[in-house]
Amino acid sequence: MERTAEPDWPAELHGVFRRARVAHVSYVPDAGHTALIDRCIADADMLTTVLTTEEEGIAIAAGAWLGGTRSAILMQSSGVGNCINMLSLPVIARVPLLMLVTMRGEWAEFNPWQNPMGQATEASLRAIGVTVLRADTARDVVETVDQATTMAYDGDQQIAVLIGQRLLGKKQW
Amino acid sequence: MTQPLTHVLDRRDAVACLLADRGDTLVVTGLGSPTYDVHAHGDHDANYYLWGAMGGAALVGLGLACARPERRVLVITGDGEQLMALGGLATIAAARPTNLDIVVLDNEHYGETGMQTSHTGLGIDLAAVAAAMGFADSRTVTTDDELAQLIADRTAPSTGPRLAVLKIRAENRPRSMPSRDAVFIKNRFRAHLGLTPG
Repeated sequence: MERTAEPDWPAELHGVFRRARVAHVSYVPDAGHTALIDRCIADADMLTTVLTTEEEGIAIAAGAWLGGTRSAILMQSSGVGNCINMLSLPVIARVPLLMLVTMRGEWAEFNPWQNPMGQATEASLRAIGVTVLRADTARDVVETVDQATTMAYDGDQQIAVLIGQRLLGKKQW
Repeated sequence: MTQPLTHVLDRRDAVACLLADRGDTLVVTGLGSPTYDVHAHGDHDANYYLWGAMGGAALVGLGLACARPERRVLVITGDGEQLMALGGLATIAAARPTNLDIVVLDNEHYGETGMQTSHTGLGIDLAAVAAAMGFADSRTVTTDDELAQLIADRTAPSTGPRLAVLKIRAENRPRSMPSRDAVFIKNRFRAHLGLTPG
């Protein structure tokens, strides 16, 4: 099928981060985030932190904000379950939070172990008080994250942007 | 069952010594008694008190230390809180901030919940864990002299994060409670650093 040119969304998200003055990015690696992680690591103006588990990034982002730095967190949907109690911190302190979540367990998923958390991701985030936005096309991802930086860092909101597995493509085994 | 009170350091006295000459140090406290201990020494705009988010104190300290490299950041937390974030110690060691000090007030018990024995009371050595992870300085403090030495040593610059385990008596002191309004404490803290509310 012929498709109109889609944006190189990881490259554009890196530009979105730069324009929004995001100076710190933490992550547990995910294949869907590879290109964005690489760009952030290569950016001399950004500090990156690799985490052992995703909730660490929630606490680090809160500390960064206390010190005046905008921090974003990259993770896979399975990591959202690790974050729930730590999300109490940005929710109750009204600390800006921007987490980009690449989805598993929802589209051409080969590994059934990904399904329970993938399908509970949105409900879990909403239950703890995080605003959930979703994007399923490259253009939507860029526009959604772009405006989410305003909602988070200027509007003091706690935002998760879910990036659909359909966009990320089927994992090759 | 409460263990015999084998440790000599008093938590409130130890925290008072740590904070006596704090200068422009930024302080983050772990939920429960460490929050009360720091508040008991005196409320301060440069204190961020956690009342929850267990396992988050040292990592809030890491984010803050990275954001404010010109300021020393001191995290004061308990053994139970830090045990929940052993992986976080690895993240801190790998990030290698040179302005982050972690002090674990270790009574080897969960004091807030009925004095159940914690892992440090069952043989886990947090200072050895931190040393294995590559902390620039990691030690266990059991006496007043060692505490004085720790405080003296902490005035020197560091090449990486430092962790000290203070073995304290397992006893609950009267609660000294700071505001539980996390937004108020946040805005007060940021204003101290010249940042706008938000």
